[in-house]
Amino acid sequence: MKLTPEQQAMLNGEKGETMAKVVKTLVMYGETFGAERMLPITSKYGHTVISFGLKVMRPVYDLYQEIIDAGLVSDQKFTADPKPLDKKVPSNLIEDLVFKKIMYTEQKKYEKQLVELGITSEDDYTCTCYLDQVGNKPKKGDVLSWAESSAVVYANSVLGARCNRNSGMIELMGSIAGFVPEFGLLLDENRKATWVVEVKCTKKPEAQLLGSAIGMKVMEEVPYVKGLDQWLGTELNDECCTYLKDFGAATASNGAVGLYHIENLTPEAAEQGESLIAEGAQVYVIDDAELERVKANYPVIWKDPDAEPELCFVGCPHMTLQQLIDWTENVGKELEKNGLKKVSVPTVFTASTPVIKEFEKTPYAKKLKAEGIILSYICPLMYMNNPLCKKKAVITSSNKLRTYTSARYYTEADILSTITSKKEGKK
Amino acid sequence: MKTFKGRVVVPGTCTAEALVSKGGFNTLASYQMGMMFGDKKMKCGDQNNADIYKLPMIGKALCLPMTIGSTTGGMVLFTVCSMGKQPACMLFSKPIDPLAASGAILGGVWTDAEMPVVDSLGDEFLEYVNTGAKITVKADGVVEVE
Repeated sequence: MKLTPEQQAMLNGEKGETMAKVVKTLVMYGETFGAERMLPITSKYGHTVISFGLKVMRPVYDLYQEIIDAGLVSDQKFTADPKPLDKKVPSNLIEDLVFKKIMYTEQKKYEKQLVELGITSEDDYTCTCYLDQVGNKPKKGDVLSWAESSAVVYANSVLGARCNRNSGMIELMGSIAGFVPEFGLLLDENRKATWVVEVKCTKKPEAQLLGSAIGMKVMEEVPYVKGLDQWLGTELNDECCTYLKDFGAATASNGAVGLYHIENLTPEAAEQGESLIAEGAQVYVIDDAELERVKANYPVIWKDPDAEPELCFVGCPHMTLQQLIDWTENVGKELEKNGLKKVSVPTVFTASTPVIKEFEKTPYAKKLKAEGIILSYICPLMYMNNPLCKKKAVITSSNKLRTYTSARYYTEADILSTITSKKEGKK
Repeated sequence: MKTFKGRVVVPGTCTAEALVSKGGFNTLASYQMGMMFGDKKMKCGDQNNADIYKLPMIGKALCLPMTIGSTTGGMVLFTVCSMGKQPACMLFSKPIDPLAASGAILGGVWTDAEMPVVDSLGDEFLEYVNTGAKITVKADGVVEVE
């Protein structure tokens, strides 16, 4: 790899031994993937996937302390993934004990480290950092050093920024050095689609289900999706971006997609059209039957597969303001229809703190509370990341949460119906 | 005995017993429980990986196509290296993925752990090698399977 004189000096230790190790890490990372140079990061903010202070991850925090003690901070401020704990989310005494005394004993210390390293604000713990209310929204063509698979795929695909699917820690090293190795999705040739996906469904497919099907088929490759514009239109409005947020998260977690193109819609597809499709691209046709097949093949790993749902999570990735409003209205209508005042399954909606603050200014906040739904900034994935949750019958409309935990996937319509129906034996 | 030639990602040599995951190795799912509960043998906790589920991973020559799963994968590998509970080596049949590369490199640069990593050994390597086979990794990326 060819480094600039300044980068070479950093590698040689002119900015200290710790900075030299940061740069060495980035150089080795780049050389592994054939990078020939470093590119300066051009986004205003970074984003880190590590938001949790897990006891077992102490070596990570020790390394971060080494960085802080060396006087290094992030070259750019950054946002972080959602926090793992929120007292508003239901938990029993044993869970509280496990969370606070066994698992997340490093949480407070780590949050202090993030402040020292340069987190933008105490409110900015969310996987949807790119929403307007949070404000970490890169421009088209910006070079990023982010980790968090759902945010990376959104930034690449919907915003047209450039970022690899980095691991936690590597992203912070990039932000500290101010540059990242040029390989993978930072290069034009790797942004071409090697799969053409033809959507031939009879109605608008569920975003999380379509994303899952595509992710599992193409894995880490780039899909060019045709046929979605008949429902999404050709303008990247709020509704459309919300759909793509959930769609992308599923492609990235059920597979390893870092970039997708939607015909006539996402920036590169709108500009370049089918010239974005690589020669010899494979074709995947998705119809109603294929989506049913994919859904039917999800394993149910509840201890009792016939258990009644005990907890419901909606909002992985975090919900948008409009999603919160729509769900509040829809739940209200269904409850009224079924003669109920509150949801029949404990339900948690998750969103970023800035979105929650905006939502609380609307009349819907009072309504959501009256419906018995908890609104939290928590990361449902981190909440469920413990052996106790395996015993719980948790349902979710998130295909990401389903993939990484024992939560069971329900479509949004099924979630709505389940949480607003009278439970058997209840009058 | 058969030999395979790959690319050296993290240099080093070792001899160890093979532990073979024919499918993608989910780093977080494999190590999560072992790390959480201080398992000395670091048994694989990924119930979706029938090849190696519940088998000890520490000190083994981990043979795999690639890693899959969460973007925390790299930091998990780094943590395992910091704790001295890493595999003896990681041998990839395919080109290494960014998450595994991050973990292996972080472990190499920031810890004293020794874990040679070789990638691009080819599909035939993974078809040939079985759990329990004796593996020798040479400095030039040659891997011997007995």
